[in-house]
Amino acid sequence: MSSGQLPRWVDFGLIPVLNLIAAFLVSGLVVLLIGENPLEAVRILLWGSLGFGEGVGFTLFYATNFIFTGLAVAVAFHAGLFNIGGEGQAYIGGLGVAWACLALDHYVPWWVTMPFALAGAAIMGAAWAFIPAWLQAKRGSHVVITTIMFNFIAAALMNYLLVNIMVKPGSMQPETRTFEAGGKLPFLKEFVPGIDFGTAPVNLALIIALLASVAVWLIVWRTRLGYEIRAFGANATAAVYAGISPVRVIVITMLISGGLAGMMAINEIMGSQHRLLLEFVTGYGFVGIAVALMGRAHPVGIVLAAILFGMLYQGGAELSFEKPAITRDMIIVIQGLVILFAGALEHMFRPALIQFFTYSRSPAEQAG
Amino acid sequence: MSDTPAIELRNINKSFGPVHANRDIDLVVKKGSIHGIVGENGAGKSTLMSILYGFYQADKGDVLVDGRKAHIGDSKTAISLGIGMVHQHFMLVDNFTVLENVILGAEGGPLLAGGVSKARQELKRLEDDYGLKVGVDELIEDLPVGLQQRVEILKALFRGAEILILDEPTGVLTPAEADHLFRILQVLKDEGKTVLLITHKLREIMAVTDTVSVMRRGEMVATRKTSETSMAELAELMVGRSVLLRVDKKPAHPKETVLDVSHLTVTDSRGVQVVKDVSFNVRAGEIVGIAGVSGNGQSELLETLAGIRKATSGKVTIEGATIDLAETHVDPAMMRDWNLGHVPEDRHRMGLVTGFAEYENAILGYHNDPTYSKGFLLDIPKIRDAAREEIEKYDIRPPDCLLKTANFSGGNQQKIVLAREMERDPTVLLVGQPTRGVDIGAIEFIHKRLIEMRDAGKGVLLVSVELDEIRGLADRVLVMFDGKIVGERSPETDESELGLLMAGAHGENA
Amino acid sequence: MFDALILILDSTVRLSTPLLLACLAGLYSERSGVVDIGLEGKMLGAAFGAGAVGYVTGNAWLGLLAGIAVAIALALVHGFASITNRGNQIVSGVAINFLAAGLTALLGQTWFRQGGRTPPLPQGGRFGDITLPYAEQARDIPVVGEIYYELLSGHNILVYVAFLAVPVTWWILFRTRFGLRLRAVGENPAAVDTAGISVVWLRYRAVIACGILTGIAGSYLSIAQSSGFIKDMTAGKGFIALAALIFAKWRPANAMFACLLFGFLDAVAIRLQGQKIPGIGEVPVQFFQALPYILTVILLAGFIGKAIPPKASGIPYLKERT
Repeated sequence: MSSGQLPRWVDFGLIPVLNLIAAFLVSGLVVLLIGENPLEAVRILLWGSLGFGEGVGFTLFYATNFIFTGLAVAVAFHAGLFNIGGEGQAYIGGLGVAWACLALDHYVPWWVTMPFALAGAAIMGAAWAFIPAWLQAKRGSHVVITTIMFNFIAAALMNYLLVNIMVKPGSMQPETRTFEAGGKLPFLKEFVPGIDFGTAPVNLALIIALLASVAVWLIVWRTRLGYEIRAFGANATAAVYAGISPVRVIVITMLISGGLAGMMAINEIMGSQHRLLLEFVTGYGFVGIAVALMGRAHPVGIVLAAILFGMLYQGGAELSFEKPAITRDMIIVIQGLVILFAGALEHMFRPALIQFFTYSRSPAEQAG
Repeated sequence: MSDTPAIELRNINKSFGPVHANRDIDLVVKKGSIHGIVGENGAGKSTLMSILYGFYQADKGDVLVDGRKAHIGDSKTAISLGIGMVHQHFMLVDNFTVLENVILGAEGGPLLAGGVSKARQELKRLEDDYGLKVGVDELIEDLPVGLQQRVEILKALFRGAEILILDEPTGVLTPAEADHLFRILQVLKDEGKTVLLITHKLREIMAVTDTVSVMRRGEMVATRKTSETSMAELAELMVGRSVLLRVDKKPAHPKETVLDVSHLTVTDSRGVQVVKDVSFNVRAGEIVGIAGVSGNGQSELLETLAGIRKATSGKVTIEGATIDLAETHVDPAMMRDWNLGHVPEDRHRMGLVTGFAEYENAILGYHNDPTYSKGFLLDIPKIRDAAREEIEKYDIRPPDCLLKTANFSGGNQQKIVLAREMERDPTVLLVGQPTRGVDIGAIEFIHKRLIEMRDAGKGVLLVSVELDEIRGLADRVLVMFDGKIVGERSPETDESELGLLMAGAHGENA
Repeated sequence: MFDALILILDSTVRLSTPLLLACLAGLYSERSGVVDIGLEGKMLGAAFGAGAVGYVTGNAWLGLLAGIAVAIALALVHGFASITNRGNQIVSGVAINFLAAGLTALLGQTWFRQGGRTPPLPQGGRFGDITLPYAEQARDIPVVGEIYYELLSGHNILVYVAFLAVPVTWWILFRTRFGLRLRAVGENPAAVDTAGISVVWLRYRAVIACGILTGIAGSYLSIAQSSGFIKDMTAGKGFIALAALIFAKWRPANAMFACLLFGFLDAVAIRLQGQKIPGIGEVPVQFFQALPYILTVILLAGFIGKAIPPKASGIPYLKERT
């Protein structure tokens, strides 16, 4: 019952939309359950995320995070690997950003710091993915489980570093000092004239995320490495026959994946918070799974799905402001439902659709 | 014995999507007989038996067991009707004991304790009655396949099976094990059981069955008394027309040695020696065939030469360079660089990424060739052009290099692999089971291509379990048994002599 | 020194209990071939259900039932996704964790308006500690009596349930028909199917068993160990239980030892917070928090034995087409 029995537009268009509708219908029921009007909620959510400049700015800011974590999951998918360690890799990626910014911000302008911060984020994220990757490649330890474990190890490590080592002297808050101008990415509104994003922290990282999407597309579909990744993911035995080294593919793919996840920290740490703090990732890594699934592991789909989740985040925040009964936890519920319907239940409508499209086709077509 | 048939099928139909796997099947199986069903791979035999065992439901038609109409909705119903099945891939839990496997689903109560001791006695009785000796407390993973198959038979008998279906039971057996199995089937028949034997090996049909039915392309084309038919007639019924077993070719003119293998030994992941001290050579302009029952080390030999498996010891000389396989790290990419092409035995598992478009498979293994790259990117237009050329030259249909490879027929998929490996102009071509599951038309095409390769001065090493194929194509025949090469013969050698060699009776003594 | 040790061991028992229940829950599910990273979510949902009903009814037993019901409901969602729809089990587990985290906080706020927590439990809404027979009399006997009084006696009933569940699980797994089939379906579902047993129903039962045990685990947190539900109160315990399950190589007795070990590490961490160990200095508490995961990774890497999961785990069962 794989693809191939359904037209492409059904597989890549209709099914994701149906799944999404199902998720939103159930979300509507939850809103009803807590005694609010779902249609009113949708209105506020749409207005809050797209209705005014600042809302759009926040939507794009959140979407930036999701593009990075979504790409991270997608790249690993192509090699048949399930990296659910984006959470930890992004967290550790923050270290790389912070080190670069703390070291350079007094001396150089932001555009000198940026490449170092970017490299730091990618290298640290990749490093955090390396051990699970190596264990999978060499010892066959399942990357799903090891990356979960590494999420928790990352949390403990960051907690230790921020509380004991990197904390601003004399402060009780477990966070570093605020970066100077040399450690701050410019906000988008600063160099795109005529756009009013209000206080929204959408910044240069959005452009970096879009460039990363193009790069991922090139790597996966247009390079020898991508060819090897996809061949290995689709049929590992055939890949070995073709002289492709599983160890190499697993490790390199996970490094790319971890690096992309780590780069999420650029947006949060250098683009918005301007200091390293506890728990700045808060689920972005996990939501990347939903983004990658909904985007069918393709960069275009991922960018669209990321914007959708960005709308949920921003619109949901607006919603909880307008309707205090619908707390921000509602966003988490909706995310859960989207992951459930678009991910785990993605095949739910397939049998019915196959039946529909098989019987509606003409007999002549079936014979061919 | 009554005349009511043990099983009667009327007008059975079954489709999977667009594939009509069974079409208007009628079949009558006499009680207390051994009834064979033959047909090529993909003829619909396994589907039919799965319907009988309740694994699939027929779209249309009736099943009668003991003269009564039966609706077999699941395996449970089949079992309660006295039908047992030994599947081609054993349905055993590897880390369970024989006893645990046998009682699974027939435990005799919610607690194991009572059922286990009763089952122990019953198993003892069955072992004695039918000559089915296996250790009751052995773990399945520790048993050789022959014994695992006996466990499957015991499972069926333990559940009170009166009708036993065996699906390709000898594919994994050594000749001796197969003989033993046939003796067991005879005993079962003598005890009044009905046996349905599914196979594509005519020899087996002739040896043990009373009646034989032939399937072709989803249809039941004939039923004969075994004593009144011949292998030639059955073969013709199976494929639909007389098979050209002789391949048209001129005598070979072998020249210098292009591949020399000396003292090659291979150990598999379980630590068992699968290739034992094998030495031979292949010369330019000849086809060397390796004959043998599947599972005697041919696959491992081929995979080792292709660089996929590691050898424990041995040397290979190719293009004048000698490599110590135990000391040098070789991989498939390296072997390709030495102009060694490889058409693997299993195209689905190994030779193709079926989810890829055709043109992507056309460079599998050669994707690092600089011809196909432009800077650090793949040169996709160029790859597609190359693929289109191969499609035309090898008459691959449909001629669409963007089509997903899974959507090509078996024969055309095999041509994709063949085209890829042959068009690289290798010095040595390793070929495994080139025509398995391939339609007749494509078989002739593939055979012709292999002969052309030979005549162009290449060395070809051909592994096939089809003795006829080996005899038709090869210029020299090496016979492998139990990991060793037990003899070299000319392809004109008598079939029975080769058969004896393949069965492990050393030619020198036979 | 002895007193301190007893105290640490006593809190080890208390901290191990929810891990053990969740770990055994995961064992039923994973032995049947259904991977479950949603233990965390089911526990959290159960903790909320138990806390809410325990508060409203003032009856701990009704609270427990509610907790179990919530966990079973979430388990059935996981079953529907991964058994009926053959979806990705990891993704389904992630979804359940999200759903539980969001819904408990959202509904908690809607119903009780205390920032996502449930109000403190009334009398009877919480499981009290049980004093074992003769514990009072025995407490003065050195060592043996102290162990009996301090360590074995004085826990709430769910603690005893958890430790009793270990031999019961072993017995079910290795001495009953259900157990035999459960182990078989996790290794080779096709063998179970051809033996005339429904793979789907068998796996659903395993998933429900998982729901019951995570239900007790979650209830323990909110109506036995604490007095009420707090937002995100599981705090990763479901994942430690998952790690323990791997560490235990999917065996019941090992599961108990793994959970006791991880509980002990937690107890030590609490005890040593801010204290210096002679010769080593202050060990950061985060080290102990990370240790269960580090140990599990080392085990997974095969450096101390090999953890081999049930062969069919994570793979949806699909009858193969010929």
